[in-house]
Amino acid sequence: MSARDGVAGAGGSGPRRPAGGPGERPLLLRGGRLLDPSTGLDGTGDLLVSGGEIAAAGETIEAPETAEVVDVSGLVVAPGLIDLHVHFREPGGEHKETIRSGAAAAVAGGFTTVWTMPNTDPPIDDPAAVGFVRAEGERAEGARVMPIGAASVGRRGEQMTEVGELVLAGVVAVSDDGSPIWHAGLLRRLLEYTQTFGIPVLQHSEVRELAGSGVMNEGRVSTALGLRGQPNAAEAAMVARDIQLAALTGGHLHVCHVSTRETVEQLRMARRRGLPVTSEVTPHHLALTDAEVRGYRTEAKVNPPLRTEEDRQAVREALVDGVIDVIATDHAPHHYEEKEREFDDAPFGAVGLETALGVAITELVETGLMSLGAVVERMACAPARIMGLEGGTLEAGSPADVVVFDPEERWTVDPDTFLSRSRNTPFAGRELTGRVHRTLVGGRVRFAREA
Amino acid sequence: MTAGERPGAGLGKDLVGLEGLSGDQIVAILDTAEPFKEISERRIKKVPVLRGKTIVNLFFEPSTRTRISFEFAEKRLSADTVNISASGSSVQKGETLVDTARNLEAMRIDMVVMRHGSAGAARFLAERIPSNVINAGDGQHEHPTQALLDLLTLRDRFGRLEGLKVCIVGDIVHSRVARSNIWGLLAVGAEVAVCGPRTLIPLGIEELGVEVFGRVEEAIAWCDALYVLRLQLERMQAGFIPSLREYNRVFGVSSERLATADDDLVVLHPGPMNRGVEIDSDVADGPRSVILPQVTNGVAIRMAVLYLLAGGRPEMAEAAKQGEG
Repeated sequence: MSARDGVAGAGGSGPRRPAGGPGERPLLLRGGRLLDPSTGLDGTGDLLVSGGEIAAAGETIEAPETAEVVDVSGLVVAPGLIDLHVHFREPGGEHKETIRSGAAAAVAGGFTTVWTMPNTDPPIDDPAAVGFVRAEGERAEGARVMPIGAASVGRRGEQMTEVGELVLAGVVAVSDDGSPIWHAGLLRRLLEYTQTFGIPVLQHSEVRELAGSGVMNEGRVSTALGLRGQPNAAEAAMVARDIQLAALTGGHLHVCHVSTRETVEQLRMARRRGLPVTSEVTPHHLALTDAEVRGYRTEAKVNPPLRTEEDRQAVREALVDGVIDVIATDHAPHHYEEKEREFDDAPFGAVGLETALGVAITELVETGLMSLGAVVERMACAPARIMGLEGGTLEAGSPADVVVFDPEERWTVDPDTFLSRSRNTPFAGRELTGRVHRTLVGGRVRFAREA
Repeated sequence: MTAGERPGAGLGKDLVGLEGLSGDQIVAILDTAEPFKEISERRIKKVPVLRGKTIVNLFFEPSTRTRISFEFAEKRLSADTVNISASGSSVQKGETLVDTARNLEAMRIDMVVMRHGSAGAARFLAERIPSNVINAGDGQHEHPTQALLDLLTLRDRFGRLEGLKVCIVGDIVHSRVARSNIWGLLAVGAEVAVCGPRTLIPLGIEELGVEVFGRVEEAIAWCDALYVLRLQLERMQAGFIPSLREYNRVFGVSSERLATADDDLVVLHPGPMNRGVEIDSDVADGPRSVILPQVTNGVAIRMAVLYLLAGGRPEMAEAAKQGEG
């Protein structure tokens, strides 16, 4: 049994079934390239959706009389993308993003499920707050919004939250993201305690004493710019520690936004030992380096910071060979005036939902590093598999969470067209390949690009 | 056409840093400063070069030497100047830099000289207003006029810059003076080294093209000029060094350490000095010191930069000074 199988099977209560109603009438997507690495499907065919589920996927499907038929020839039909790491800012930061605008941005980017981080104001650390996020998520009628609960009360890193209560209220994981769970004893207890409920602990890995007040990667570029840096070791040292705790406890550790080559080495070792450790990488760490910060571009101020070319190559290779399991956006919206500041004072973060697929295809498929199927695997199938979620597949009987995209369409990123409330992207003006045309959640068309 | 013949030496609208400037451009600025030196020696220290120009000296951090040096340079060139310091201004009331910039612009000023605590602030301002912006120090990034006056002082003393060996000693990590000097010295063909405790030497410094010495004795044996940086007292609290006493014992520039050095070796310091910490008084006040000539050259260099950014041609500076420009 591989580490990932072990993780998927760790859930005591079986797969978590996302909520989703049946569609009004059947829908037939005709003549697309059906691409589903979870079942090995890759070929031209039809997909029939009925009652909120995938009814059939195959070469030629007879449409029921009542069905709406949509011609998707020339487009790829794949399992809806799943993003395990987004910040929707509600409650407390509604000028940056709301759950509604975030869920809309998600389906515009082909995502049918998003996991929302709990570092809102107040943080999502009690059942009532979890209920609020879920209810807003339902009302948003965008992607499925699955809340992550805070790992510690008030995200202060001291006392464990009522993890059981949070799970009953609907959280899918716990995390103090934005801050590390710095106290090794607390993380140990969390990795033990969460096993009762079969949920992972998502860790923002950063040794604060090393990261200090660094605003970018520490190295040649920070030296030239006179900006305070965070060394690679600030991330890798905590990952090394946390892997030992996963080994000790058998709990599922998920390492957020991997950015350094040293972290990749640690993860490689964990995988070799079959430990219950999974990880993610963001599109911006796959695509960009700290050279992007030159000119004091605050759009390129993210945490963990953009690193060097060697690091970028290392995280790409790790994604290709599966040491890093998934791509997750770390979608972190900020209002424009918060970013139009001195570099030191601007907040960390970049939006990612509406550019992630295009960046992945441009950086990984066009360069020949990965097949299109492998990208779908890392953005849809693998997140479902490592987290024990339904979805991430076109298998009959699964929720009809589907993305339809043109893998060859070239387009230029124009933040003014984003459905997100925020515009803070380092990819503005970039030409990308691969664009989402239609997104179905539970059989309903939640996004359709105007022709 | 060389930099010395182009309007403004080809500097463009602003002087944000020395990174990216060519050796020709830097030499053109130094050459432009030469005729301006003499103005400060006159009985009536005023020429009409910048008459009618309005200049704002915008200082978000305390500064005595740099602010006064700029102000003398501006006044001696007949500009109208306004000084704004952070305390007691709208900045202290929470105004953002972008709003400050827009308001200054709305008053139709010609030039801004800015000192700010954040790296990149000068560039940020320069990209948002059409006025000329001169960086008087932005965080740990650059302090270009300081490095230019240092180069002028070295050239006065040695008659050349190319091939000169200069070692910067002290807190390189936090020093904008060090960064500007590194770029400037490398551009004009000098050899550059840095020396200090490893906690105060930034990662990747070698990749900029400088040598690193671990001991000040090695640096002294190697260099023609020793550039001693001010050690901020708060570095001890932040844990970069164990104590000022130990710093002085290991890295302090004393006459004993300089006893075996070449007779021509000179010592620079950007001021203000911590006597008895990074530099001993007998060195600061001794024959190797060019610390006061640095200050004198500061006014001439700032006149040259103001004149060039206002569109002056380097070779016309002599005539401009005589009131013919």
